[in-house]
Amino acid sequence: MSAEMLVSLLLTTMTAATPLLLAALGELVVERAGVLNLGVEGMMLTGAVSGFAIMSLTGNPALAILTAVAAGALLAAIFGFLVLSLMSNQVATGLALTIFGTGLSALIGTGFTGRPVPGLAKLPVPVLSAIPLVGRLFDQDALVYLAIVAVAAIAWFLKSTRGGLVLRAVGEADLSAHSIGYPVLRIRFLAILFGGAMAGLGGAYLSLAYTPMWVENMTAGRGWIALAIVVFAAWRPWRAAGGAYLFGGITVLQLYLQGSGLLPIPPQLLSMLPYLGTILVLTLISSGPFRARFSPPACLGKPFRPPT
Amino acid sequence: MRAMSPIPSIKPAPRLEARGITKRFGALAANEAIDFAVEPGEIHALLGENGAGKSTLVKILYGLLQADEGEMLWNGRETRIASPRAARALGIGMVFQHFSLFEAMSVLENVALGLDRPGPGLAERVRDVSRTYSLPLDPDRMVSTLSIGERQRIEIVRCLLQSPRLLILDEPTSVLTPQEADALFGTLRLLAADGCAILYISHKLDEIRALCDRATILRGGKVVGRCVPAETPVRQMAQMMIGSGLRDAVAKTTRPAGAVRLKVQGLDLPPATLHGTALRDIGFELRAGEILGIAGVAGNGQGELQQALSGERPVRQADAVMIDAVPAGDRDAAWRRRRGLCCVPEERNGHAAVPEFSLIDNAFLTAHDRADLVSRGLVRRDRARALTRRIIADCDVRAAGPDAAAATLSGGNLQKFILGRELAQDPAVLVVAQPTWGVDTNAAAAIHQALVGLAEAGGAVVVISQDLDELLMLSDRIAVLQGGTLSATLPTDGLSSEHLGLLMGGAGAAAAP
Repeated sequence: MSAEMLVSLLLTTMTAATPLLLAALGELVVERAGVLNLGVEGMMLTGAVSGFAIMSLTGNPALAILTAVAAGALLAAIFGFLVLSLMSNQVATGLALTIFGTGLSALIGTGFTGRPVPGLAKLPVPVLSAIPLVGRLFDQDALVYLAIVAVAAIAWFLKSTRGGLVLRAVGEADLSAHSIGYPVLRIRFLAILFGGAMAGLGGAYLSLAYTPMWVENMTAGRGWIALAIVVFAAWRPWRAAGGAYLFGGITVLQLYLQGSGLLPIPPQLLSMLPYLGTILVLTLISSGPFRARFSPPACLGKPFRPPT
Repeated sequence: MRAMSPIPSIKPAPRLEARGITKRFGALAANEAIDFAVEPGEIHALLGENGAGKSTLVKILYGLLQADEGEMLWNGRETRIASPRAARALGIGMVFQHFSLFEAMSVLENVALGLDRPGPGLAERVRDVSRTYSLPLDPDRMVSTLSIGERQRIEIVRCLLQSPRLLILDEPTSVLTPQEADALFGTLRLLAADGCAILYISHKLDEIRALCDRATILRGGKVVGRCVPAETPVRQMAQMMIGSGLRDAVAKTTRPAGAVRLKVQGLDLPPATLHGTALRDIGFELRAGEILGIAGVAGNGQGELQQALSGERPVRQADAVMIDAVPAGDRDAAWRRRRGLCCVPEERNGHAAVPEFSLIDNAFLTAHDRADLVSRGLVRRDRARALTRRIIADCDVRAAGPDAAAATLSGGNLQKFILGRELAQDPAVLVVAQPTWGVDTNAAAAIHQALVGLAEAGGAVVVISQDLDELLMLSDRIAVLQGGTLSATLPTDGLSSEHLGLLMGGAGAAAAP
């Protein structure tokens, strides 16, 4: 494999990892606040189609991205109302959100299938992008950079700010947070909105940059992989970045292997790799010695009813 | 002393005065026209049984609940406490009964969460306060690694950092060793001497006599009396607190000890949860007619011991637990129950009983074998119903009937029902954990009577409890569980709670003066 080839693989890994990372970061914040939203796939699809529709109608990428973010947040707001105000079951509601989002995106997207749009513009980083060979890695679209900045920002927020401390407290012991006087439900609602916005953004990356087009169900399970990455990352932002790049890398590698024909393995088996990886990782970290070190927020998935 | 003397001409306003506080939940008045006042520098007791309305009142004072009627005066000025934040802004600090702490976070983070403006140099200020009031605390430790006493210190330090003018403590000693409680009293007296008003909520009369200047007594949501505890006989305070029909505590009797019914040797068990305690080399013998008390501060392996004895978590080694000389260590709970080992775990809702199930279904769940409630794989509803009725009648359980859901019973009544269910199975060995936790005095006396009755009938009883008075009253012998190991069993006669307290604090505390 030539150096040129390696850089190409790295480059595609970054683009493949970006939507996973954006969605996983959003879900990570939601889960740190103690809420499990399994609707990531649905929110990503809705974001993808909304962004694509606006791009196709107006040609304005900023407006398209904002619309995708708003669409994801809107779907999340429905979820938040159901699980926080009406105290519905989080798992069932999340699954329903995915089904709803899948159907809704197909409906919105009927007129847009097969229409071409221009991809997001590349923003070369000054100096770095001029380096021969690896310079290509610093010539990407804005969302790739944003995803990496978001990792640092969220890690800093959770670790070093008061807001992050309170958010973690709400996910760790909701009753304690309530009795000290923190508005548990409001904090959780804001976290859910943020998670939806990030999932919408991840979806928009798919339909505007990764493959600039709309196809029904185009997320192809990436929402579920994002959920797995959150667990894999043990609810820590930098590990989520590692996880997203690892899964992105596997995806790209299996495409490369399929294309190269180097290995006598049926392509169907290779396509399974990212999903097999997900199952393997989840099995590993939920068993034995790993378990203690990867403990989830103590209130994850539990509804909170303010006591009287 | 202050309020009892004639009112001086220029009397400073009370720190906090409540007038006519009323709070209703539906038809139930949890608080009804409650008046009381706490003076600066005074330690004021709020005394009452479970369900007397103490917790509701405290939540109103701390802004967690809003009163339906009545007014509050802070230093003589009318005020409204809309939220815990508003309470803290006034200068009210609160130490909760069930701590408001976050296990997976550090001491420092926990303190910061309780402050509205943590500010810089917090770690240093935490060290300062803990030195001044002798509340040793390491800001960098994780809460999950701390003992209950240390956790309570976090709550207190968190309040003290805000220089409170009124400190509220809700049943603070229910989880402490006698020595830890004494240290707490020292801190509180120091605070009161600084002019802080202290509202001390408890149902432990001895403590209140030792610590408090005045007491307001609640019953059924109303103020039923006020007194100076040091000048009032305990029995009179108890009478005010409970009303008519104060049951006498069970009298100590000696019973002849029979054959060994339960033998535990070399029992090891890994912790049940991430923050649990491993059991190491537990051993004791229990004879027919005996009651063995297991003392210890919560979190020293009580949960694990209950699971190991009941069979919820069997071990490899069969002879680690022997029931009537039959190896049972590797057998599960159902097998042990058939052999006559019954168990009443600590957690009533969700462990001992299914809250949503009827009493009949709950009776069936453990009694189906020994009370013969199944025939050819089918549930015999009629027999289960008859059994449930019998338990309700025999144990004086206040419930709407056998079809009432377990969750609709009060804590004391559900506990009486659960104990009755196990007694109805005529157990050879009964393991009970925290039998009277959160149970009113009369129900507690009935539960104690039932346990003694079982021992008199030739049963063997293990009582795991944090309540030393309970253990000293019931048990023939007591052993202390500390850090997952069990001390030698000591005869109760001649044993003092101070001696037990030292054992509960571990070797380190025993060496200290």
